[in-house]
Amino acid sequence: MSGDWSANAHSLFKEHGIKQVAYVPDAGLSGIIKASLADNDIQTVPLTTEEEGIAVAAGAWLGGQKCAVMMQSSGVGNTINMIASLTTTCAFPLFMIVTMRGDYGESNPWQMPMGRAVEPVLEAVGVRCLRADTAEDAADAIQAGLMMSFHGGEAVAVLIGQKLIGAKAFSAPAAQDAAGD
Amino acid sequence: MSNNKLFRRDVVTKLMAVRGDALCISGLGSPTWDLAAIDHRPENFYIWGGMGGAAPTGLGLALAQPDRTVWVLTGDGEQLMGVGSFSTIALQQPKNLAVIVLDNEHYGETGMQAAPTGRGTDLAAMAAGAGIGNTMTVRNEAELDELVAVLKKGQFPLVAVIKIDVTTGETIMPPRDGKFVKNTFRSAVLGPDKALHPN
Ligand SMILES: Cc1ncc(C[n+]2csc(CCOP(=O)(O)OP(=O)(O)O)c2C)c(N)n1
Repeated sequence: MSGDWSANAHSLFKEHGIKQVAYVPDAGLSGIIKASLADNDIQTVPLTTEEEGIAVAAGAWLGGQKCAVMMQSSGVGNTINMIASLTTTCAFPLFMIVTMRGDYGESNPWQMPMGRAVEPVLEAVGVRCLRADTAEDAADAIQAGLMMSFHGGEAVAVLIGQKLIGAKAFSAPAAQDAAGD
Repeated sequence: MSNNKLFRRDVVTKLMAVRGDALCISGLGSPTWDLAAIDHRPENFYIWGGMGGAAPTGLGLALAQPDRTVWVLTGDGEQLMGVGSFSTIALQQPKNLAVIVLDNEHYGETGMQAAPTGRGTDLAAMAAGAGIGNTMTVRNEAELDELVAVLKKGQFPLVAVIKIDVTTGETIMPPRDGKFVKNTFRSAVLGPDKALHPN
């Protein structure tokens, strides 16, 4: 299931001429990360923290390239000042894909507060959120978001809900397998 | 000056003399005033906020413009906030990117509070530890000349940390409208047509 929307995302990146993909990993992003690493026409930029991606995207735009920034919902918390200060002040286009945690069916309490905060906090710094809960929604929202950001000049985040990517199980015996939160 | 430490404006003057057509990103605070005072031109992107963002902005630009040289000019405090970006840059190994840190061992812009760089934190060592191949710490005129030679040769990626005096120069403000600075920069680098009609 998640493979579907990831493959769509990658072909939409190609269609829209995305040349840089910056990310901090999340399980829900692994498909797109793999696709972009395998693509010689895209420079894949792993980040140590998500706010770097906001700055990398601004720098890419200064140099005439489009960069997509991808992160888990917790990572949104790391980006806020960079988005407000750099993206919004200078009206840089911004296109983000955020895979949600602390969302539909979540069982890890540590993910809940940031999951709830993603939308209001992004909106507060000038980012429009497009929510997607099915593979079809995701492809639509990614297509729409790429138009709105790189042509409309907006900052847009496509939020991929846990209904689509699935909630991770945290029952005691399974917890050991559930590595990488 | 009573001590022998380098004065930031003299340092920046010497560096800009060999800048050629390098693109320049400046970090918030004094480095932005230094760049505006000494080498104001459309190919400067002056950052007034987004602390920690100067080096990764330089990285995105360097990847987008592999045939242009990109210099990031920033302060020790600004760089410490984005220190992970040394690792991010090292992974990409951009052959056209230099990060030049004007290290006064203080947070100058906010009232000259002491910074960790004056108390044992070594930014050049952190860059080397992150995997940046060319790193140097400059403490005097002779070492500054070495840096100038490295910049001319383009031995990049490079992180150069220049120990400077706390004395600041006159505050020279570049345009404060970020949209204007962005569009000016893009027009200079991409040409006005591509800058204003992206596709
Ligand atoms: C996120 C954030 N935290 C704190 C500040 C306040 N601030 C502005 S400039 C600055 C210090 C910059 O120090 P440095 O980079 O060493 O430059 P200097 O002024 O010493 O040359 C600080 C802490 C800020 N602008 N943004």
